[in-house]
Amino acid sequence: METPKVTVERIREFLRHGKRFDGRKLDEFRDLTIETGVSGKAEGSARVKLGDTEVLVGVKMDLAAPYPDSPDKGNLMVTAELLPMSSGRFESGPPSIESIELARILDRMVRESKFIELEKLCIKEGEKVWNIFIDIYSINADGNLLDAAGIGVIAALKTARIPKYDEEEERVVYGEWTKDKIPVKKDTPLSITFHKIGDHIVVDPTQEEEDASETRVTIGSCSGVISSMQKGDHFALSVEEMDSIIDLSEKAWKTLHAKLEKALK
Amino acid sequence: MTFKRPDGRKIDETREMKAKVGVIKNADGSAMFSFGDTVAIAAVYGPKKMHPAHLVNLERGTLRYNYNMLSFSVSERIRPGPSRRSQEISKISQWALEPVVMVDKFPGDVIDVHVNIIQANASTRCAGINAAALALAHAGIPMKDIVSSVSIGKLDKNLVVDVSKAEEDWEEGEGATDIPITMTSDGKITHMQLDGKIEGKQLKEAIKMAKKACKEIYEVQKKALKESLEEEK
Repeated sequence: METPKVTVERIREFLRHGKRFDGRKLDEFRDLTIETGVSGKAEGSARVKLGDTEVLVGVKMDLAAPYPDSPDKGNLMVTAELLPMSSGRFESGPPSIESIELARILDRMVRESKFIELEKLCIKEGEKVWNIFIDIYSINADGNLLDAAGIGVIAALKTARIPKYDEEEERVVYGEWTKDKIPVKKDTPLSITFHKIGDHIVVDPTQEEEDASETRVTIGSCSGVISSMQKGDHFALSVEEMDSIIDLSEKAWKTLHAKLEKALK
Repeated sequence: MTFKRPDGRKIDETREMKAKVGVIKNADGSAMFSFGDTVAIAAVYGPKKMHPAHLVNLERGTLRYNYNMLSFSVSERIRPGPSRRSQEISKISQWALEPVVMVDKFPGDVIDVHVNIIQANASTRCAGINAAALALAHAGIPMKDIVSSVSIGKLDKNLVVDVSKAEEDWEEGEGATDIPITMTSDGKITHMQLDGKIEGKQLKEAIKMAKKACKEIYEVQKKALKESLEEEK
């Protein structure tokens, strides 16, 4: 279950020669496939496979009172569950800090980039707005759940339809949809995580590589504009290393964005 | 034209900083740190036996950080107890400190760091980390270095140091971007987060500003530690 130390050493040794076990370049992602509409009950949903890592993301909507500080905007709630079925490392029980952090990083990726036009999801100011729930489940964890889940969030949102709303009865008619999609921007934000292994920065680590990683920086960005960021794990980075990660983020977004577009076709 | 901040500070000026070591008698180490109205207190207990037993790490000790905001520390009362936000900040703050705390010196044991925000006017996680670093040093925990934390803000297009609530809620132009950063005294980054909108070039500028501000904070921390030693004499 845990990656043996000897494997971690080998991963580092390989990287010193610019190589990874699976032959990828340091800035290369694994194969990406996306299937949308995996649940007919959801407003939007997606299954994302990034190499052997697999996640399911679903979007559901209902009506609620707006938050006091945004009376004319829809609400957004992102949660994640790291299912015990997806790895021997996960246990059932209350949400782990890993799942809370993952959900909150992706919440900010969506929110801070203003990808969803939440102001268009107001029914009656101060009283009634749409709630958007984005729920993430890990199905098979082989590293980089964070980026796979981020792709799933975007794919599910892009394909989500707004359910019918019965104005007289003031309730949602579940199972029937309008022709309207959840209003999202054309520019697609993506969340990309950079891992430091030895003196090297890699993207999209497998589980073994993730275990060899000393620290990570997740950057939510779109066409060179960074809107969210989080450094995780307990090793320090020099300013030069952080600067180079910031520099890498723009190209990485282009690479992953192209993969996303292709996978969604 | 230079940018005018709501409270008239210079762009690279923190609010008035206060630091005091030894504010909670029962604790093994404790400290208060404030940026203006944002006041954090930290208490350290340990190293002590890890409980529950399944969390014991025999290879190295454990640093456990608990960040909490008092219910009345903000205008609109917050529900007491841990939230998703506070749990994430606890983890991030733990990571911010771990590179300098020599946890390998006490395998199997735990050091508990409790941080409470008494009064909040933004930058609470940074004030908390600054107080926690002092409390750890005060407790005599072996450390390679101390860390200092500050938030850099981007208000419209302007970078500023030590973001206040009024600045955090900035709406004009490009709005507000909040970038809390924690660094060691030799300038390594142990924590960094970002919410908002910024391009890479300016973000690198922000890191430079943080480095300068962290040096100032470090001096304030060092002074507080020295003062506590003199009092004990």
